[in-house]
Amino acid sequence: MLKGKAHKFGDSISTDHIIPGRYAPLRSNLPELAKHVLEDADVNFVKKVKAGDFVVGGNNFGLGSSREHAPLVIKMAGVSAILAKSVARIFYRNAINLGLPVLICDTDKITNGDELEVDLTAGTVKDITNGNTLTFGKIPEVMLKILNEGGIINYVKKHGDITV
Amino acid sequence: MGKTLAEKILSAKSGTDAKAGDIVIAIVDLAFVQDTTGPLTVRQFQSSGMSKLANPERTVLFIDHAVPSPNANQSNDHMLLREFADQCGCKLSDIGEGVCHQVVQEDFTRPGDVVVGADSHTTTAGALGAFATGMGSSDVAVAMGLGKNWFRVPESFKVQVDGDFQKWVSAKDLILHLIGTIGADGATYKSLEFHGRTIKKMSMTGRFTIANMAVEAGAKAGIFAADETTKQFLKSVGRGNDYKALEADPDAVYEKTIKIDANKLEPTVSKPHRVDNTALAKDLKGTRIQQVVVGTCTNGRMEDLAVAVSILKGKKPAKGVRLIVGPASRRIMTTAIEKGYITSLIESGATILPPGCGPCMGLHQGALGDGEACLSTANRNFEGRMGNPKSFIYLASPATAAASALTGEITDPREVM
Repeated sequence: MLKGKAHKFGDSISTDHIIPGRYAPLRSNLPELAKHVLEDADVNFVKKVKAGDFVVGGNNFGLGSSREHAPLVIKMAGVSAILAKSVARIFYRNAINLGLPVLICDTDKITNGDELEVDLTAGTVKDITNGNTLTFGKIPEVMLKILNEGGIINYVKKHGDITV
Repeated sequence: MGKTLAEKILSAKSGTDAKAGDIVIAIVDLAFVQDTTGPLTVRQFQSSGMSKLANPERTVLFIDHAVPSPNANQSNDHMLLREFADQCGCKLSDIGEGVCHQVVQEDFTRPGDVVVGADSHTTTAGALGAFATGMGSSDVAVAMGLGKNWFRVPESFKVQVDGDFQKWVSAKDLILHLIGTIGADGATYKSLEFHGRTIKKMSMTGRFTIANMAVEAGAKAGIFAADETTKQFLKSVGRGNDYKALEADPDAVYEKTIKIDANKLEPTVSKPHRVDNTALAKDLKGTRIQQVVVGTCTNGRMEDLAVAVSILKGKKPAKGVRLIVGPASRRIMTTAIEKGYITSLIESGATILPPGCGPCMGLHQGALGDGEACLSTANRNFEGRMGNPKSFIYLASPATAAASALTGEITDPREVM
């Protein structure tokens, strides 16, 4: 069970909002890079976020660049899962590859600051603040296997191969 | 049942009868990274327990995004890539060679290949009839070590384009129009496959521009049939033997068909801060710009430079406009010098950049000031993309860019020519 507060963002949060290209010089210094997570969407996010919290987006979350640093800095901020109405393809795969769950659900029903409880096995998001329970779409089996191993690198380390 | 281009390629490379929706393990024919994603790939590879590359001859590390390096941190990242290439025996494309999405087409991509790159615009290689898609650093590390990866076979949209472009309208206007029509997530997870008489007649340059931007509609790939034009391009880069014909089956099943009449297209512009926020150039008259960029992996090829030269020759940008031109590769730079394009552009006031990604990603070579607007031939205009969240980026064709440089405001090229 994951538990934390919702940090709500709008539609079309791009990888440039999450970690802009101008911070590319910090990409080999991850603790410094992570200080700028989501800076161009909410300059105070890094100060507000606490371990276990959720990033809640709208449509097409994570569009743009293939930079894996985008989900990586969100994970480093302590975020336990990303919730969105829809998510861009490369970002989705990158997040799962890092062991960071991305859950597709109707985030219009979540308000910034709501306390959420996510049950990954049951596929539910319980909004403690407003009493709603949302269900999220199934994560494809191959991605679930990768997620359960804590990401693709751990998966390959353990199995020495990739199968579907 | 017939197959789309994506299904054909992924069937051949997975040894299965792959259909949209299937998950397959496919051979990766080419894996590459660039200098802002590559260092993480190297570290992930090293921590994965995989000790050597499956195919070093077809693993390429590009140093193209921050070239020559603008700071010590990125110089250190470049060193890491050079050392890894030395140790593993893979290919290195160092500073000055050009943008990965041009060099990969000149030197590596073959019709029917599966190409993965740690850069979203890897879709560019679809112009040569490859299944090419961007992935993150870890996925590319896996492809480098195992020589394969998993893929969900995408459903395909057939983009059927017929008719002739009006003068000063080009492939860039077509792809901006398409993205504006279907939206930045209009083709998420899909393969955009381009067909029709306009596409058959289109040069490789135009096809590269379109495939490059397929990802801006969310697509996993943007694929063209490999035909006589493909063959001539491969011959021109000394790789005629790499050619093989490839086309979709006539009875292939598409999720939907999008029809575009090229005759009706007009010079099109993406407004800040979304690629799908499109308008006609003529309707943006009066929008002042301080910088114009012609180049990048989207529009830094010979045909693009030729258009810019034909509009700018003997003229100068309007007062207060900086004109920046970046040829996409060393080969293009050399040819542009031989043809006199570079001299002509310099005489027209252009600052010429070394082959590479230039200012597109906001690292250097043309970051914008507060409140400034740039008209660029690149592929993205997200907030902050060119180094400053307080600036504004418009995307357009080389013709619209050159025309706008002359007037200092967004200008339909047909008005100045």
